[in-house]
Amino acid sequence: MTHSNIILSAKGIGKYFYEPEKFKVLTDISFDINRGEFVTMIGKSGSGKSTLLYLLSTMDTEYEGNLTFDGENLTQQTKERLAVIRNEKIGFVFQFHYLLPEFSCLKNVMIPALKLGEYSREEIEHKAYKTLEMLGLKDQALKSASKLSGGQQQRVAIARALINDPKIIMGDEPTGNLDTKNTSIVFDIFKQLTSEFNQTVVAVTHDNDFAKASDRIIEMADGRIVG
Amino acid sequence: MKKYKHNIDSEIAYTHLFSKKKQTLVAALGVTVGIAIFIFMNSLMNGFEVSSVESLFKSTPHLRIYKNDALSKSLVVSTDSSKINLISNPKITSESKKIVNPIQLLKLIKNEPEVVGVTPSVSGNVFYKNGDSEVAGRISGVVIEEQNAMFNLQSYIVDGHYSNLSDYQNGIIIGVGIAEKLNLKVNDNLTVTSAMGVNKLMKIVALLQTGNANIDKTLAYVNLPNAQQLQKQNPSYITDIYVNFKNYEQTKSYISKYQQLTGYDIEDWETANAAAAAANKMRKMMAMAISMSIMLVAAFGIYNILNMTIMEKLNDIAILKALGFSGKDIVKIFVTEAIIIGLIGIAFGLVLAVILINLMSNMWVGGDVGFFPIRVFPKYFGIGIVFGLVVTFLAGYLPARKAALLDPISIFRK
Ligand SMILES: Nc1ncnc2c1ncn2[C@@H]1O[C@H](COP(=O)(O)OP(=O)(O)OP(=O)(O)O)[C@@H](O)[C@H]1O
Ligand SMILES: [Mg+2]
Repeated sequence: MTHSNIILSAKGIGKYFYEPEKFKVLTDISFDINRGEFVTMIGKSGSGKSTLLYLLSTMDTEYEGNLTFDGENLTQQTKERLAVIRNEKIGFVFQFHYLLPEFSCLKNVMIPALKLGEYSREEIEHKAYKTLEMLGLKDQALKSASKLSGGQQQRVAIARALINDPKIIMGDEPTGNLDTKNTSIVFDIFKQLTSEFNQTVVAVTHDNDFAKASDRIIEMADGRIVG
Repeated sequence: MKKYKHNIDSEIAYTHLFSKKKQTLVAALGVTVGIAIFIFMNSLMNGFEVSSVESLFKSTPHLRIYKNDALSKSLVVSTDSSKINLISNPKITSESKKIVNPIQLLKLIKNEPEVVGVTPSVSGNVFYKNGDSEVAGRISGVVIEEQNAMFNLQSYIVDGHYSNLSDYQNGIIIGVGIAEKLNLKVNDNLTVTSAMGVNKLMKIVALLQTGNANIDKTLAYVNLPNAQQLQKQNPSYITDIYVNFKNYEQTKSYISKYQQLTGYDIEDWETANAAAAAANKMRKMMAMAISMSIMLVAAFGIYNILNMTIMEKLNDIAILKALGFSGKDIVKIFVTEAIIIGLIGIAFGLVLAVILINLMSNMWVGGDVGFFPIRVFPKYFGIGIVFGLVVTFLAGYLPARKAALLDPISIFRK
């Protein structure tokens, strides 16, 4: 089952918010995403893209329906197991940057790998440097994360999402703060990861060119998938 | 799978502490103040307590063994109606007030494990006379070295030396109140007249001042044989045996034991000084209540400042959880931070407490107290450390656990 070609499967996902009053943000969302696929998600502001991405990445567990990821039923897992899955198999880039402000960029990138413990500290540091270099941030590596510009922080967050070679990378507008040059660098990295390393990318975007160049587009409107 | 253990949890904890040094120090200072005040106040009350108890036991033994005046039975009613009822004139028996075979009894008591001091005493009412002036009082025949060991006599001798009594067979130590009334000083002579009509000329070897005016105006110590002679009694005549225990608070539980052991009447210090004992009890209860309140206030202060420090890191907790740190990791990180802040705070708190205690112990109160009776009680430093660690642990653990149970997203949404 682990070797099924489907990495992520959503079945009849629904979600409510109760504040300020009860309202349904997501209705009957079902789809499958294959290994090695580069999927973009588009839709108007407020259509529920971020909300859905949080569910898919196991960071929000209040929903109805069923999620399967890499052969594992996510809906039944304990919080501890979900944390392990996030650390090992999911790389997430938030819509806003969410770095740890007390740490250097390099440390921010290294932390998920130090937690995972699959490589030595030297190997991790080397890899973190390489990833930062790829994103044009090598000279910023030792700077405190709170002293970077918005776009720089976003690229550090992308590097951090890549460090553990996750099965899936989810990005909530990962290029929202980037110029065209850096956007195309990120796009190329995603493209390479999916085609060469069989990793999967799900990225929310408002950038139509970015979406059109991906393998598949999921379009959302009012909490439903419309295309 | 997991080949390396990078100890990233502690690394994050240390980074949090070091990158915000000022905040860490302020939080530690909160602990310091709480701990120092806790230790200081407890030492203050305990010092006061100890000195009050000491002053109480200056003149009262933990236990007094004596023989009460016994009346010959006035009426013996026979249950057998054929017998004649005996009626007699009630009268104090001649053998009353006397403890029989005191030497052996003293030995017996001395061998009990809980006893730290025993001494015999003969007391009686007398008049002190100098020329025409006279003062009524109570004289106590004592074995001076034993008396000093039990009641710390030397600490309230204000003139002369207590041990001079063993050098002068006819020496006497009188209260400063008597000396003042009769216009006497050390090395003067005075006449003591007992109720039995015996007169004795005695030489003053020392003056004592207990701080209790009633005692200072009436009490005098003489050697045992002199007191016996004043009562027209032989050298085996003893009216009281004084006993001190290791722990005065357990005196009540020994009463029946000593009643059986000796067969005489027993009076414990609480009965002898009902008012002082009640005051003592009240002081203890007050001290307990104050100590509890301080503990509560200190705990609340420490908890609050640490809790605040952690709440400010709530966003970091959510990020760490998003990156795959488990609830256990989160708890470990923040408990580590709280404990380190706690240890720094406690260390400074102990130092501050010592400083405060030293300052207080240099304050002059006067009277028979002298300097304020506070000192370093290791017990309260121990309790302070444990108390500080427990509170800082909880202040780290409780909020971290609460955050650890949440979905990362629900923290961001707050
Ligand atoms: N915590 C919340 N409580 C109540 N309503 C919420 C909450 N978070 C989001 N919403 C609502 O849910 C809907 C979907 O929000 P979501 O953030 O998923 O939109 P989005 O598609 O990501 O929008 P954008 O493109 O602007 O990021 C919106 O109407 C939003 O107001
Ligand atoms: Mg969004």
